[in-house]
Amino acid sequence: MAAFLFSRFLQSAVLLVIVSIIGFLVLYLMPGGPLSQYALDPGMTQEDIARITEQLGLNRPVHVQYLDWIWGLVQGDWGTSFRDGSPVTQVIARHVPATLLLMGSSTVIAVAIGTWIGIRGATHRYSGFDYIATVGAMIALSIPTFWFGLIGIYVFALRLDWLPAGNMYTIGDGSVLNYLHHLILPSIVLALVHIAIWSRFMRTATLDAISQDFVKTARAKGVSERRVVMKHVVGNALLPMITLAGVQVPSLLTGALVTETVFTWPGMGRLFLDSLGYSDYPVVMGLLMFSALLTIVANLIADITVALVDPRIRLA
Amino acid sequence: MTKEKSPKSGFTRRATLRMMTAGGAVGLLAPGLLGKPAFAQTAPAEPTGRVVVGLSQEPTVFNPLMPHIEVDDGVAFSIFDTLFRITPDGDVVPNLATEVPTVENGGLSEDGLNWRIKLRDDVTWHDGEKFTAEDVKFTLELITDPNFRAWRTAGHDLVRDIEVVSPTEITWRMEEPFAPYVSFLCETFILPEHILATAEDPNEAPFNRAPVGTGAFKWGSRQAGDNLILEANPDYHGDGPYIEQLVFKYIPDMTVLYTQFRSGEIDLVGQAYITPDNYEEAKTLDERVVTLEPRGTLESIYLNQALPVFQDKAVREALYLAIDRKSIIDLLYFGVPGEAETFMPETSAFHNPDLPEHEFDLEKAASLLDEAGWTPGAEGIREKDGVRLSFANSTTTGAHLREQAQQFIQQTYAQIGVEMTIENLPPAVMWGEFWGQSQFDSAMVGITYLIGADPDVTNRFHSNAIAAESGSGSNNAQYSNPEVDRLLEDGARTFDVEKRKEIYREIQAIIREDLPFLPLFRYTNVFGRKAGLEGFEANSNTRTESSHAALWYWG
Repeated sequence: MAAFLFSRFLQSAVLLVIVSIIGFLVLYLMPGGPLSQYALDPGMTQEDIARITEQLGLNRPVHVQYLDWIWGLVQGDWGTSFRDGSPVTQVIARHVPATLLLMGSSTVIAVAIGTWIGIRGATHRYSGFDYIATVGAMIALSIPTFWFGLIGIYVFALRLDWLPAGNMYTIGDGSVLNYLHHLILPSIVLALVHIAIWSRFMRTATLDAISQDFVKTARAKGVSERRVVMKHVVGNALLPMITLAGVQVPSLLTGALVTETVFTWPGMGRLFLDSLGYSDYPVVMGLLMFSALLTIVANLIADITVALVDPRIRLA
Repeated sequence: MTKEKSPKSGFTRRATLRMMTAGGAVGLLAPGLLGKPAFAQTAPAEPTGRVVVGLSQEPTVFNPLMPHIEVDDGVAFSIFDTLFRITPDGDVVPNLATEVPTVENGGLSEDGLNWRIKLRDDVTWHDGEKFTAEDVKFTLELITDPNFRAWRTAGHDLVRDIEVVSPTEITWRMEEPFAPYVSFLCETFILPEHILATAEDPNEAPFNRAPVGTGAFKWGSRQAGDNLILEANPDYHGDGPYIEQLVFKYIPDMTVLYTQFRSGEIDLVGQAYITPDNYEEAKTLDERVVTLEPRGTLESIYLNQALPVFQDKAVREALYLAIDRKSIIDLLYFGVPGEAETFMPETSAFHNPDLPEHEFDLEKAASLLDEAGWTPGAEGIREKDGVRLSFANSTTTGAHLREQAQQFIQQTYAQIGVEMTIENLPPAVMWGEFWGQSQFDSAMVGITYLIGADPDVTNRFHSNAIAAESGSGSNNAQYSNPEVDRLLEDGARTFDVEKRKEIYREIQAIIREDLPFLPLFRYTNVFGRKAGLEGFEANSNTRTESSHAALWYWG
């Protein structure tokens, strides 16, 4: 286990460096940069722009800027946002709660419903339910979320007036009920896609388990069908889901780009798009490193968990 | 629950009654017709209610001397004050100063070099400290401090020998006479010396994230990525504020911005306003006032004068004649923007109304080119002396309306044997060196020419302002005309308004004749607000809809 952890740690460190170099290069080699938004400002002269470029250190060679940035990162200094002058870690920390709230609730919905659909689809293979679930999943996966979002807003906010047209809360009303009310539509819209993913995976995993010998043995011993499914099939089918969770969990904190925009949700996905739009390099790089770290950690935890719950797997 | 109309904000019964008795006329009247005194009579004695302004970009820069965009201006105008303000009619009026300096009142020396500004003595900062001339001195010096990441330095870099005569009087000398400086000062927000002078690094001072000003609203709280709440300043020295809270709400998607205006979640649609395609519907909404407000920005096609094809005046004229401008405005922009012939906004006192009007005439365009010796060659594209009448047009990728306009123009150009290819670029690339160093053939671009209401456009049209040659300036068309150069220099030195009007009208006439750019239309924003929000006045001499939120109130 210790050897496993050590080698994973080394791998992760190398991976992070590679991710950071690629990210940095792509960002900095993109022409334009954070000052191009002032190109059409009537009162700003070329000298002003050149002066600020120098003050921000953006005229230095890329490798110097990179080393400067990564040296800061190693020391815990993630840099300062060009856009709002706050430290990058603070900028990220400010947006995490909103994303966690939205992604958390949508994930709960998605896992609960998705798992149930998957199991039922597998145990009632080729039934009407299974076909509907399969077609439904295909539709949910192939229609863009922003479309679902806009339709949802049109129907439930504008036509029926049941739900708000976006936002996390009403300004001046910080009650839990108000947050919940605003949460309904975006979390369901976001969950739709995830339900589709979870149900497909769960269906396949369940089918795999059903055809195993120990299931036949259990049935042969006369164990009730309900007990076979709940104990022997689902228990084993959930194992690959841990790995899937390892892939999905980072999005709990990195957010949803499109859904957050449509629903005016002040989360991490929105922050990423805005920072990219403003060429706010420190924040974009910070977000990149943050999500890379999360992905590595979540996968590591998933691997360890699988090993812990499944005695057949040994980490080496 | 969705509409969430608290008694403080939104549409009240009283407002409904008022609307009914006025026959709905309140909302139909042009904002300019309702003068300030009329508001003062009905505005509440105590600040009441809340106004939520929806913005499609997020305000993030709160030190107004640092580089910032339009939406940040709305916040700056509410928290801070300037020495002078520009009214919607383009008049400069005192704000922190007690009078606008002129030669007559002794504020300006005859040669325009020495300035003397008298200041109000009844102004306090939000933290209770008294505002004095030291603050003005500090602000002007900070702008030119080489360690400070200042936004605009033009004009300020001419200021020398700033002297505080008394707490209410300050003088300085200008390196050269520069008439536009009064206008520049209308966008120069005064910062507190007592807080920032002691800051270790003014670029990263905590002040920049929780500013203290003298304005009608105080810093309240900010939820990054979502909203910014400002609170009324009861000790404000000017009129207002009449509302308790001013909220700037960030709504990134333009469709959703309009949707939230429809559903009542926001009270006022701010920058970037209602999209033209929603104008027709917006007009029909109940309890909403929707108006068209022309801006100072002109959409045009810049012709890079360094390109051989564009050096022939007949070509430029023919290209202008061959644009079906009216159809572009009506079909693509839903008839919202207005036609224009000059860079000078129609709302400006310096606008020249006597310029020849554009006509769409393909035959005339073709015969102009024939006469000038451009004859059809291979594939029907005209040529002259081996030069093909072919060029690229560039603008921002993904700007759908502009892309459609390009295709529209491309078609009419093809009919007269002119080839225009479309080569669009992502915004960061388009407006970087490609634009700044005039590497484009032609560009479709919207430009605001004036700073405040001052007519000076030296930076755009003087031959010294070609960045590709001199390294500085925004004469991106590389336009050069000695007569215009001379007039621009005169204009910047002249303080007499009538004389300046003559100068700038002549400049407009010459530029309309030379056509370094082909004017398409004047930007016009579709403003929308809830009926009952009174005191609102659009001011095209500022970059924001929220330049005077102090006067807003719920009727």
